[in-house]
Amino acid sequence: MLIKIKYFGLLTEVTNCQEETIDFSGNIISELLELLFVKYPNLKNKEFQVAQNQELVPVEAKLLSNEIVLLPPFSGG
Amino acid sequence: MDRYNRHIILSEIGQTGQNKLSKAKVLVVGAGGLGCPVLQYLVAAGVGTIGIIDFDVVETSNLQRQVLFGSSSLGQNKADAAKHRLLDLNNSITIISYPEKLTFQNAIELFNEYDIIVDGTDNFETRYLINDACVITNKPLVFGAIFKFQGQVAVFNYNNGPTYRCAFPKIPKQGEVPNCSEVGVLGVLPGIIGTMQANEVLKIILGIGEVLSGKLLCYDALTNKTFTIKVNRLDEEIQSILKNKDDFNKRKMDSVCKVENFEGSIKEFLNQENVQFIDVREVHEQPKVEGISVTNIPLSSFLEHLDLIDKDKKKAVFCQSGIRCKMAVFILNKHNIQDCYSINEGASEIIEILNNRHCEGGTTEAIHSNSMTHKKNTNE
Repeated sequence: MLIKIKYFGLLTEVTNCQEETIDFSGNIISELLELLFVKYPNLKNKEFQVAQNQELVPVEAKLLSNEIVLLPPFSGG
Repeated sequence: MDRYNRHIILSEIGQTGQNKLSKAKVLVVGAGGLGCPVLQYLVAAGVGTIGIIDFDVVETSNLQRQVLFGSSSLGQNKADAAKHRLLDLNNSITIISYPEKLTFQNAIELFNEYDIIVDGTDNFETRYLINDACVITNKPLVFGAIFKFQGQVAVFNYNNGPTYRCAFPKIPKQGEVPNCSEVGVLGVLPGIIGTMQANEVLKIILGIGEVLSGKLLCYDALTNKTFTIKVNRLDEEIQSILKNKDDFNKRKMDSVCKVENFEGSIKEFLNQENVQFIDVREVHEQPKVEGISVTNIPLSSFLEHLDLIDKDKKKAVFCQSGIRCKMAVFILNKHNIQDCYSINEGASEIIEILNNRHCEGGTTEAIHSNSMTHKKNTNE
């Protein structure tokens, strides 16, 4: 299944893109993240949350959407 | 009142709503990029009591986005400078400035004085501190944060809604996420995000519209795209804060950006060699400290005269009452000038100590000559 992944904040500096589409056959979000960590080893060191269907979800959650968002906390003010 | 007429003629606000605003007490933590627009609109709207806490001083690089400040505020504490500007904007409300750092020790007492807390800070450690103190004191937290061209807004801890820790349970490691001073920020972005925060504050006070609780609004200035993400309450996160609330004021800041505010008594430095004594009072201020070698660098023009600082010596900074010298030490630390200490005593006390030192048998010639003057005076 093709999954669209959107990156925010400093994650885009790790991935060098704001969004991309990945072919993924698993069904748990953490499995998808493992795939991304292989592609972007530095992503593993970053703090971020995952959202699907406009809701923050734990990484153990089932992938229910073909689009997920990786959202880091911002500190600037 | 004419001033609030455009509020009062709105049926959703009216005189009743305006009265709610005038009774409200809001604390804004951080008078920087976010804090400035928040303060500007809350003050203009007639929020009755506004507290501003910030330990930082205004620098030229702030002026690109921190719109309450101008050339005349350079070197001043941000909370004080903001208050000065805001009182001109609206002098019918109460504005209290706290020119100090928010800490685990002062947060609870301070938050208890206010109805709503606004987070306009620039580091994670203070953001988590504010969140936890809001949970403990049961105050709504109007959150805003920015990174380059993107911003986040949310209202946490509102009517049993989720907290910041429910959205981001893990505090990022130090240095993992750089702040504006390290990576830059589009000047107008904190203006947009801060104004959204002010809007949430007003809605909470007025009880109108839909408060951004349980949601994180994300905004991108480059694409103008905005989306909101639902945040669920994590009871274990909230319970863990409440469980440890008795130890809250014993916690210590351990961030890299903590203020290395070394301080001490003048007595400790008089016996040392290789010390530069720096007076940061304005030139007209009396009494002058004589008998020891003093470099005068008024705080108002401190930044322009950093070249007068002797980098090879220990710096002992004093002023009239012991407040401005702390600010000067903060500026020195910020400019990577090491070994700086603020002197607890003000100028008058320092003179007294110098004089007494002679009576006890002062050691240096300089002090001797000063105390001679004193002796003469006391004999009169």
